[in-house]
This record gives sequence, structure tokens and C-alpha cells, in this order.
Amino acid sequence: MYKILKKELLSPNVWLYDIEAPRIAKKTQPGQFLIIRTDEEGERIPLTIADFDRDKGYISIVFQEVGAGTQVLGQLNEGDSILDVVAPLGKKTHIEKDMGTVVCIGGGIGVAPVYPIARGMHQAGNKVISIMGAKNKDILILEKEMRAVSDEVMVTTDDGSYGIKGFVTNALQQIIDRGEKIDEVIAIGPVVMMRSVVEATRPYKIKTVVSLNPIMVDGTGMCGGCRVQIGEEIKFACVDGPEFDGHMVDFKGLMSRQRMYKDKEKTESDHVCNLTKVKEAL
Amino acid sequence: MALVMKKYTMPEQDPAIRAHNFEEVALGYDEETAIAEASRCLNCQKPRCVQGCPVQIDIPGFIAKMKTGDFSDAIEVIKGSNSLPAVCGRVCPQENQCEKYCVMGIKGEPVGIGRLERFAADYDLNEQQKGAPVQCASDAKKVAIVGSGPAGLSAAGELAKKGYKVTIFEALHKAGGVLSYGIPEFRLPKEKIVQVEIDDLKKLGVEIRLNTVIGKLYTVDELMQEEDFGAVFVATGAGLPSFMHIPGENLNGVYSANEFLTRCNLMKAYKFPQYHTPLKVGGTVAVIGGGNVAMDAARTSLRLGADHVYIVYRRSEKELPARLEEVHHAKDEGIDFRLLNNPVEIIGSDDGNVKSLHCIKMELGEPDSSGRRRPVPVAGSEFDLPVETVIVAIGQGPNPLVQSTTPDMLTNKRGNIIADEETGATTKEGVFAGGDIVTGAATVILAMGAGKKAAQAIDKYLKDKG
Ligand SMILES: Cc1cc2nc3c(=O)[nH]c(=O)nc-3n(C[C@H](O)[C@H](O)[C@H](O)COP(=O)(O)OP(=O)(O)OC[C@H]3O[C@@H](n4cnc5c(N)ncnc54)[C@H](O)[C@@H]3O)c2cc1C
Ligand SMILES: Cc1cc2nc3c(=O)[nH]c(=O)nc-3n(C[C@H](O)[C@H](O)[C@H](O)COP(=O)(O)OP(=O)(O)OC[C@H]3O[C@@H](n4cnc5c(N)ncnc54)[C@H](O)[C@@H]3O)c2cc1C
Ligand code: SF4
Ligand code: SF4
Ligand code: FES
Ligand SMILES: [Mg+2]
Repeated sequence: MYKILKKELLSPNVWLYDIEAPRIAKKTQPGQFLIIRTDEEGERIPLTIADFDRDKGYISIVFQEVGAGTQVLGQLNEGDSILDVVAPLGKKTHIEKDMGTVVCIGGGIGVAPVYPIARGMHQAGNKVISIMGAKNKDILILEKEMRAVSDEVMVTTDDGSYGIKGFVTNALQQIIDRGEKIDEVIAIGPVVMMRSVVEATRPYKIKTVVSLNPIMVDGTGMCGGCRVQIGEEIKFACVDGPEFDGHMVDFKGLMSRQRMYKDKEKTESDHVCNLTKVKEAL
Repeated sequence: MALVMKKYTMPEQDPAIRAHNFEEVALGYDEETAIAEASRCLNCQKPRCVQGCPVQIDIPGFIAKMKTGDFSDAIEVIKGSNSLPAVCGRVCPQENQCEKYCVMGIKGEPVGIGRLERFAADYDLNEQQKGAPVQCASDAKKVAIVGSGPAGLSAAGELAKKGYKVTIFEALHKAGGVLSYGIPEFRLPKEKIVQVEIDDLKKLGVEIRLNTVIGKLYTVDELMQEEDFGAVFVATGAGLPSFMHIPGENLNGVYSANEFLTRCNLMKAYKFPQYHTPLKVGGTVAVIGGGNVAMDAARTSLRLGADHVYIVYRRSEKELPARLEEVHHAKDEGIDFRLLNNPVEIIGSDDGNVKSLHCIKMELGEPDSSGRRRPVPVAGSEFDLPVETVIVAIGQGPNPLVQSTTPDMLTNKRGNIIADEETGATTKEGVFAGGDIVTGAATVILAMGAGKKAAQAIDKYLKDKG
């Protein structure tokens, strides 16, 4: 059992949990993820490890309640325990000294997984320019944390309520246009956002890394459910990724596979909703 | 007394009913029938059956006890050689093993050795007293086992009995390997059989650490150097699903058998939405392959509500690698066997879902390296099979997670760990391996045999080391 040490609401429906897990904290590297099962009947839910503190022995997750699985997770409180946590899974981000200028882009809650990467890049002595995108000012997360590990931060909001009005690609284009030599871009967020970033960097041949989130089950390479088309090859995102060269990714295929259970997810969510109502009534 | 030439019939659920539930198909003998079946055994001086059993159970010995109704004694005899009898009695391919060699099989049907083993084991499960957990000596040497499938479980049992402090590390949230995530409930009940056999092991003092992926949370070197394990037994199975590499394999509705069965067995998708993991089965399903895995996927599809399920296999009936009993069960349940057919493409609709399976007919040519006649395509025989779900069950390879983080433990060109056949010793000192990770996908009982041999070798290794 894995105890929730801290629960914090970052923005509506987006939670940060610190979870006691000393061994996992010791082994985790930026870019890796975990799989959680809240209870016997629950799904296995993959989430990025958004932070880890090796001394204090905890890891952090930041998740958005989108359906039944994440709703049940969101109902847990400080002091409660999570039944299963498997980690660290996936390959770590490639971080080295002397990579040069790295642009770290996080869209929506994608800022959470970008944070440890930006920090790692910064600690390795690279120049880190971060772009944080959100629909509006109120749902922007982890700004303070990102500023602490970046040489420069640009914020974009869809409605212009804060920073540049527009999308993360607008900010990226500004950096390119001002003549900054970019050695690598890392983009994590909604698939449509990652696809736009990849299209924005393609003409300039800037290396662009994206983190893919296909539907997963085991996370160890056993089921093949997470397969994605990377160039000519089929890769399993849980063990070969989750990060891939964005210019090789078949985003259309990824989005199609992510929709596979749309109708079932509705049934599942209604079921959990009803259970919650029953519990509250009692 | 006249010889009874045929096996006593195994009571089964009616095919029309069982095709829609997950209850066990074969119901097991009652006492009277078990004794009658046992009485068919000739108690041979030189029992040929024993040579067919990979763990060499004293078959006439246990059957003799059953003839007189001493079922508890019978199971003691079996347990001397096999720590998972309730499992093996159900899933061993007996027709290729013990029963293949039984003298009774020459003129009639062999003795139903597997069924008798199952009866004795089930009798024991029902009678068992819950014993207190065994504590091993505080200075006992530590052995780590990676993987909780049959190979890992049998090695753990043997080593615990020898007084070692055994820890099994398992990647999933349930122990049992394929017994838990692969073989369906209707063939091998999870709570009633698998879990009980695992709990038995825990009573011997074996610790099982679930949710622990070796190669990620710990490497083999870390287990030995930081966690003080004197030896490691790698039993990670054949868990990496193969795909066909034909167009359309990424469409929605195409599953590997591993994913399909894991969602159903491990995640209990058949109880959706009470259990939250979804699984989608179309009205018409094609399962590709002819082994146990394919039969399991096909019969699971029926139970999840499919109206029509095909088995598409490129060779003929004679070459089907599945257990004979499963092929019969599948046919009785109405699975449609399309033999000598090979898929060439999966066709999708505009919304990314499977629409049909494009196949080509095959005929048998010259024998290949396996001695089986090689299937060759018949020119111009292509045709379309309309289906909504395709399940790929054409085999599994070795998962590389442990090997890739243990560079001095060498593998062959297929990625299987190189290990001595008798001892399981790998090229890395103190590290042993066995089961499907060494042999490639095989059988439960062979994996258990490998676990047992490795346990003996580990015992010797640690004693020699002092
Ligand atoms: C490597 C990886 C890292 C991720 N990191 C984060 C993170 O840090 N924070 C976060 O909020 N979300 C993250 N996700 C997405 C998260 O796993 C899904 O939001 C969650 O599983 C949805 O489950 P649900 O039951 O609440 O919703 P549902 O209603 O069941 O599903 C909503 C949508 O989520 C996706 N989804 C459903 N089940 C899965 C599954 N088993 N695996 C992957 N996607 C699924 C599907 O596209 C689906 O349409 C990550 C996914 C992956 C693969
Ligand atoms: C669907 C299906 C049906 C079958 N039917 C039959 C049958 O009827 N009769 C028969 O005799 N055989 C059958 N088999 C084959 C038989 O199940 C296998 O040969 C046997 O289970 C192999 O045992 P094992 O211990 O080597 O590996 P497995 O049973 O595969 O167990 C390996 C375990 O190791 C774990 N693991 C893997 N990597 C790691 C890691 N890095 N860290 C920690 N843990 C790890 C896995 O999660 C798994 O639990 C069937 C197989 C399948 C898939
Ligand atoms: S373990 Fe398998 S092969 Fe051996 S006697 Fe039992 S059923 Fe036959
Ligand atoms: S060969 Fe057949 S008849 Fe002879 S001992 Fe074995 S099971 Fe009995
Ligand atoms: S999630 Fe099963 S192989 Fe990746
Ligand atoms: Mg869900």
C-alpha cells in the first residue's frame, strides 16, 4: 500500500498527490511513469511521475479527473493509501551536459511531466527556455516551479488572459524568429498540441521529442496494447518510449487508438457516478 | 475382471450453456468414478507413463492409493514430485505426455491420469487444514526469484522446503504468471485453484513482492549486491506478443491474445462495469493461430458475447498445437475452424475500426525444419472474411527487460536466456534461469520441472560457496 502524504488542488479537477514510495523515488528518472490501481475493481492507470524526492522518499503525480479511473483516484484523501503502484516504467529522458538550448513545452497538465525534465536539463547546465500553455490564467499550473528551473519562461493562454494570446506554437515561432539556435524541443501535452509543435519544427529540422500516452494495460511490454507507429516500425510506448522522435510519430493512428473505448468509458463513468451518489446518500 | 477400454466420461457443463458463462467447463469426477477410473490402471512393473511426465510423478503409486480411496495418501505421493497438481491435472497436454505412453492406450484409451491427479488435488484442497506459516531460520540464506509463473513458484517451493528465505518479485499485481493472466477462468479457476496453490507456498514462508519490475525497480545486480540475495532465479516467461506485420494491425479491434486475455482474466473485464477495465468484442471475431492461446481467446470471445468466432490457422487440423481436449471443447461450443487459411491484411473502415480479414488459402507442401509440412499459399485464392475483432495468437517471445539490464547474462539470437539444461545456470555467476524465458513458450509442467532443477542447483551452489 502506498500512502498519500499530501493532496493539493492545482486547478479545477487537477490534483497533485505526494505518495510515499522511497524505493521508487530512489530509482526514478525524469520522463518515467507509473501505473496505479486504486482498488480491487479499478483499472491500471498510467501517470507520469511528475516529481520525486529521493531524500524524503516520496514521488508526486499530477492528474486530471477525466473519467471513472481518475475520478476514483481523485476521491482519495491525505492519509489514504493506494493499493498498487508499479514504477518506474518506461525509458528516462535523454538528458546530458552540453546539449545546448532546450525548449521545454508543456500544454495543460502536460506542464507536470515537463517539469522534472526541465529541471534535469537545467541542472545539467543546459539553457532551458520553457513554454507553458493553458486555456486561461486560472488553470495554469506549476508556474513558480517552472520559473525556478528555466532561463526563460513564456506563457500562452488561448484567451489572452495571461502571457501571449494564442498557442504554445506561437511562442515557439517567436523564439525561432528571433534567431535563437534551438538544439532540442521537448513537447508534452494533448496530442493535437504535440502534433502542432512537430509540424512547427519540421521545416527547421529541429530535433523534437514528444511523450506519447496511448492506452496501456501492464506497462511492461506484455500486452502490446500501447503500440504506436514510429516511422516504419511498430513500437510499444510503455517500454520503447514513452518518448519518441516527434517527426516519426503517426499521430493520426495514435488519436484513433485513444478513442477505442469511448462508449465503454461512458458506461464506466456512469457506474462510478452512481456508486458515489449511493455512498453520499448513506 | 474385464478391462475397461475407455476412460470414464468427464462430466462437463452443457456446451450451449457454458459458451455463455465463465464457470469451469470440466466438472471433475466424483469419488465413485475416480475410483473406477483408477481401477483401470494395471499398476505396471515398468510404468511407461512415468517417462512421459516431465517431473516423473510416481503415477502407478498414486493411482494405487486412489483405488482404495486413500486420496490424501495419493496426493502426498503426487506432491513429492509436483507442487501444483490441481493446475497440472487441468492443463497438462496429457495426450503428449504421461497418457501418451500408458499401455492401456495401445488397444483402448489410456488411463485418465490427469483427471485422477486433478481429483486427488481437489480433494486435498477441500480437506486441507490451514497450517501456521513456517518461519525460516534468521540466518537463512536469501534467494530471489524473478517472476511468479509456474517456474518461479515451483523453484520457490523447493527452496523454501530446503530452508532458504525466498522472495519472489512479480511485475503484475497478481502472482501466478500465465496461470493468472493468460489461462481463462473456465479452464483454471483463479480463486478456487490458483490462489489456493499460491497461498500454500506462502505458508512455507515464501514472500511475494508484487508490482515489482526487475530491470526497473531493481536490477539483478542490485538484488545481489545491495539486497543481499545469494542467488537469483530468472523465470520471466514468454510474455512479449508477436504480431504478424501485415497491413491494418494497428486498427481498433485488433488485439494481441495477451492483451485480450489479460483484460479479461487479470482485470476481470467480463465483470465490466463492476470491474472498470473495458474490453470490446464484436459480433464476429477471428482468432489467428492454433495453439492453446488461440483456443482460449476464441472461447473467451464467445463468452463475452460474440455470435460467431473463427479460428484462422495456416496449417491443417493435424498440426494444431493446442491440447486435444481444448480443440474438442472449442468445436462443441461452436467455434468455426478455418484451417489452411492465412491472413494477409486487416481491412478497416474510415473510422479506424476493423471491417474484415483478408485471407489466402494454403496447401501443405514439403516438410520444414520442424518436420511438419510447410503451408504454401494457393495463388489467386484470396478472400474476405467480414469480422469486427481480430485477435492475434501467433506466439510470444522473451521480454527483454531483465536481460537488457544484466549484460553479463547472455542470450541466444532469439533473446532467450542461455542456461544449462540440467541446472539452469546462466553465464552469470549465481544467476539461474528456467521456464519459457529459456525454452520459448512451452508448457506449465516443463516450466515447473525447470524450476525444480534450478532449485536443486541453487541449493548446491550456495552450499558449495559456504
Ligand atoms: C505514459 C502515460 C502518462 C500519462 N501521464 C498522465 C499524467 O501525468 N496526468 C494525467 O492526468 N494523465 C496522464 N495520462 C493519461 C491517463 O492515463 C488517462 O487520463 C487515464 O487513464 C484516464 O482514465 P479514466 O478511467 O479516468 O478515463 P476514461 O474515461 O476511461 O478515459 C478517458 C481517456 O483517457 C485515455 N485512457 C483511458 N484509459 C487509459 C489507459 N489505461 N491508459 C492510457 N490512457 C487511457 C483514453 O484516451 C480515454 O479516451 C498518461 C497516460 C500515459 C499512457
Ligand atoms: C493463454 C495461454 C494458455 C496456455 N495454456 C496452456 C495449457 O493448457 N497447458 C500448458 O501446459 N501450458 C499452457 N500455456 C503455456 C504455459 O502457461 C507456459 O508455458 C508457462 O506458464 C510458463 O511458465 P513460466 O513460469 O516460465 O512463465 P510465466 O507463466 O509466463 O510467468 C512469468 C512471470 O514473470 C513475470 N515477469 C516478467 N518479467 C518480469 C520482470 N522484469 N520483473 C518481475 N516479474 C516479471 C510475469 O509478469 C509473469 O507473471 C498457455 C499459455 C498461454 C499464454
Ligand atoms: S504432471 Fe502432467 S504429465 Fe505429469 S502426470 Fe500429471 S498430468 Fe501427466
Ligand atoms: S502405463 Fe498406464 S496402466 Fe501402466 S501404470 Fe501407467 S497409468 Fe497405469
Ligand atoms: S502497456 Fe502492455 S505492452 Fe505496453
Ligand atoms: Mg477508464
